[in-house]
Amino acid sequence: MDIKAVRDAFPILHQDVNGHPLVYLDSSATSQTPTPVIDKIDDYYKRYNSNVHRGVHTLGSVATDEYEGARDKVRSFINASNTKEIIFNRGTTTGINTVAESYGMDHVGEGDEIVITQMEHHSNLIPWQQLAKRKKATLKYIPMQEDGTLAMSDVKETITDKTKIVAVTHVSNVLGTINPIKEIAEVSHEKGAVLVVDGAQSAPHIKIDVQDLDCDFFAFSGHKMCGPTGIGVLYGKKELLENMEPVEFGGEMIDFVNLYDSTWKELPWKFEGGTPIIAGAIGLGAAIDYLQNLSMEEVEKHEEELIEYALEKLDAIDGVTVYGPRERAGLVTFNVDGVHPHDLATVLDAEGIAVRAGHHCAQPLMKWLGVNATARASFYLYNTTDEIDSFVEGLQKTKEYFGDVI
Amino acid sequence: MSFNNLDTLYRQVIMDHYKNPRNKGSLEGDHLAIDMNNPTCGDRIQLQLKIEDGVVEDAKFDGEGCSISLSSASMMTQAVQGKTVEEALEMSKLFSAMMQGEEVDPEKFDLEDIEALQGVSQFPARIKCATLSWKAMEQGVDQSEEA
Repeated sequence: MDIKAVRDAFPILHQDVNGHPLVYLDSSATSQTPTPVIDKIDDYYKRYNSNVHRGVHTLGSVATDEYEGARDKVRSFINASNTKEIIFNRGTTTGINTVAESYGMDHVGEGDEIVITQMEHHSNLIPWQQLAKRKKATLKYIPMQEDGTLAMSDVKETITDKTKIVAVTHVSNVLGTINPIKEIAEVSHEKGAVLVVDGAQSAPHIKIDVQDLDCDFFAFSGHKMCGPTGIGVLYGKKELLENMEPVEFGGEMIDFVNLYDSTWKELPWKFEGGTPIIAGAIGLGAAIDYLQNLSMEEVEKHEEELIEYALEKLDAIDGVTVYGPRERAGLVTFNVDGVHPHDLATVLDAEGIAVRAGHHCAQPLMKWLGVNATARASFYLYNTTDEIDSFVEGLQKTKEYFGDVI
Repeated sequence: MSFNNLDTLYRQVIMDHYKNPRNKGSLEGDHLAIDMNNPTCGDRIQLQLKIEDGVVEDAKFDGEGCSISLSSASMMTQAVQGKTVEEALEMSKLFSAMMQGEEVDPEKFDLEDIEALQGVSQFPARIKCATLSWKAMEQGVDQSEEA
């Protein structure tokens, strides 16, 4: 991968922040947007902005072709077999809520079980908490190993014949743990449960093949993979989606509407009530083109190099605690002795270095780690080892700074 | 921005309150207890107030958070002790104004250590850290008035 060419494609990276070159290490929260994606969205608004799937005029046809074309790009990106399985929505949170509201409400009953893990982001936790409460079902957690991974023996023990839904993150946004989705799918299916995967932190970084993973649902967000904010995708197996009720009713999703009854459009549109996020979907399509031109294998390899380099550097600093397993995705969550993560993030920001500080929308996981907050540096295709050097230097300075003022 | 600018945020007096917080712990006897957290970052404060005849007789706090939120709690508990409820609320209002970068009239508000937090106004992401304990105090006063 030509890192210089990659960086050149991201205009936002070429600026000074607080008098220092920007070092953006917060891509797990939101990734940056390359010029081809910005141009594609610009082009949509300048040339063919109009509503899709209605009207017969030329602009409407171009917009519809582009919107549906983006759907096919998503299908190919995650290797789904059919575009009917690709639902555009607002993001991962919406995708998981759709499964809980629709599939969950119809298939989970009193005494049934929903199985999740304690490393879930709130978006793959609260929808199941709510569903369990409403249906008087039991919410169960697959326990974690000390290093923040799952053991298949625990997976097998937690999922039982009563389990109707298993919901697991593919990659932890805090620990970087990569969960064995394929194996968990197998166990879930043996017990007659469906597997819902939170792919927000995996789809941007590793090659996804939903057929190989054999998960039943897979949700992810555009803004974490070089796309715009406000667009996401829910993949679901066709035979499941076909038997599910829509959760939003209104325009775009109907077939016939009578005074007291209506019928729904076919998949995927029955799940896309209202005017869809047209520019967002088209922008996401351009992001997928961009990533696939580079190849996801190359992106993954680059991030592996970065994380290995970062872990090595962090190991060498006294008083730094790194959370999560050694084998991990391209992010590192940590604490520095005696410095609260907010203070750390503020001092790094003064050096132009953007990291995340807080509970990372994973309060139960923070409890498990025994901390209230942590700092996180997350890497993407445009980051460099030089930037990691600046980050590590910033950490050293922070330690000195707080050492001095105390 | 340089590390010099950071000094406006992390002044000696702030670090002193952070490392040696005043009024940390819990109150004996009858008192109000307010739990407040900053859901975006996980900071939390448990504030305890003893309010008698419209006067804040005592205030203590416990909690988890960054240097700004904990030092601010330490300073706030010092500042409101012995003040009437109205005075405490007025101070809170002035503190919020100070966080918005407004000049505070020293006649109205004897800042003492709190002055050190003035620099926080230059760091918008950190203002909520500084105001957390004041918000807890306001809520406590509300409770005392309802009771």
